[in-house]
Amino acid sequence: MTMEKKKTVIEVRDVSKTFYNREGDHLVVDHLNFNVYENEFVVLFGPGQCGKTTVLNLIAGLELPTGGEVVVNGEKVVGPSPSRGMVYQTTNLFMWYNVMKNVEFGPCVRGVKKAERRKKAQYYIDLVGLTGFEKHFPVKLSGGMQQRVGIARAYCNEPDIICMDEPFGHLDAQTRYLMEEEVDRISASEKRTVVFVTNNAEEAIYLADRIILLHNCPTSVHREYLVNLPRPRNYVAPEFLELREQITKDMDDTIG
Amino acid sequence: MSTYKKRQFRLRIVSLLSILVFLAVWYVCTAVLRLAPAYSLPDPITVFQSFVTKLSSRVPDGATLPQHIWESFKIAMAGYLMGVVIGVPLGIAMGWVSWVEKIVRPVFDFLKPIPPIALIPVMITLFGIGIESKACIIFFSTVIPSIVNSYSGIKQTSQIHLWVARTFGASNLQQLFTVAIPSALPMIFAGLRVAMGVSWMGLVAAELMGATRGIGYMISTARNLLRADIIIVGLLTLGFIGIVISLVFDLIEIKFVRGGK
Repeated sequence: MTMEKKKTVIEVRDVSKTFYNREGDHLVVDHLNFNVYENEFVVLFGPGQCGKTTVLNLIAGLELPTGGEVVVNGEKVVGPSPSRGMVYQTTNLFMWYNVMKNVEFGPCVRGVKKAERRKKAQYYIDLVGLTGFEKHFPVKLSGGMQQRVGIARAYCNEPDIICMDEPFGHLDAQTRYLMEEEVDRISASEKRTVVFVTNNAEEAIYLADRIILLHNCPTSVHREYLVNLPRPRNYVAPEFLELREQITKDMDDTIG
Repeated sequence: MSTYKKRQFRLRIVSLLSILVFLAVWYVCTAVLRLAPAYSLPDPITVFQSFVTKLSSRVPDGATLPQHIWESFKIAMAGYLMGVVIGVPLGIAMGWVSWVEKIVRPVFDFLKPIPPIALIPVMITLFGIGIESKACIIFFSTVIPSIVNSYSGIKQTSQIHLWVARTFGASNLQQLFTVAIPSALPMIFAGLRVAMGVSWMGLVAAELMGATRGIGYMISTARNLLRADIIIVGLLTLGFIGIVISLVFDLIEIKFVRGGK
């Protein structure tokens, strides 16, 4: 299976991002180039503080590049759009809305009729395994459950692309494994283009069709890996461990 | 009975006891030890009798206690509602729209530190001692906390929540009504509570200075006539009204402020 034959959804073309602040100019992303294809699960992988989140924000349109351009479905990104959903590092649920109202938020602001958006929201609530929690407020939910709501909220708006920014970074190891399985299952049943940011090699290999290893600050592509292991993947399969060792070693090189 | 309910019950008893102890100390100091003469600090039983009498008696200030309460309540509500209806939207607008902030903020910062009570002489010379001057003082003391809390509540809206709303395609107004205002609600409510408190303070102060009816007027008349029992009836009435208002706010808050932080 060659990726080149697939439709290109995201093109990151020679993108640079400099932050201007009191301490001076800070180059975070340096002439970055990569493509993401339709329905592909791409993991942006790299050491902490390497600017992965910035790259994701550039794709989502929450930040604008200072050089080059991000093109999504043939159109240059100039701001956030409902066609690009975000799942954040910390859960950013609307604490004043219950689970149902959180999940249906996207369709709601787009003016989808109540009955229709309720039905859709219910589908995604069921999909992430939160059936029965529709009326609960986020404060009453555990971290893992809150992140599920966040995922359902992103999917419910039916974006073309879903950006996930270390969504499980704050969860305990056990919950993390569970959530990785969930995401694997959901992305198998709901085909979407996913860009997933993590600094956890295991998580990257478990989920990705393709892993893009990023250089430390300023960010640029260091290496790419196609992951062709059968799903659901086994964390302790020899191929899995081999790839993990390779990626970890390469990551150490980017730092050193 | 569950352990939780048992504990709650015990705490209630303790609260009840503290009131009883307060009354007992008061009684012992006045009726038993006679630390103060009865005309300056009467004992609780006398005060209770005065309270019952005052419910229907117009002596010595020309109105019964319910009439005084109603008069004060009317003015407080008029000023308070005006202050809230103008203050909260203005505060929200200041927090959300930067040009409104730029225009209103300088005037507001200038008016904010003026204690409402200091306005009493100005208001009395402007409007006399009728309802207008008092309503204006209460309006002033209410509008300030309403603006301050709404403004800072909106200002404290999490940037990431706004980002979330934007990535879902929410317009500026939708972001205001689905994100900024709901997240500011606890703060706005705190402002409304503070406003209620200061509006009563302002009112009683205004009535002490000039009025023909009202709880403050009742207290100041009683002082002139050395009727300490009626002064204390007035004070306890104010305390009681405070409790009732705070309970009403609790109910409204449970209904409207959902989910917590």
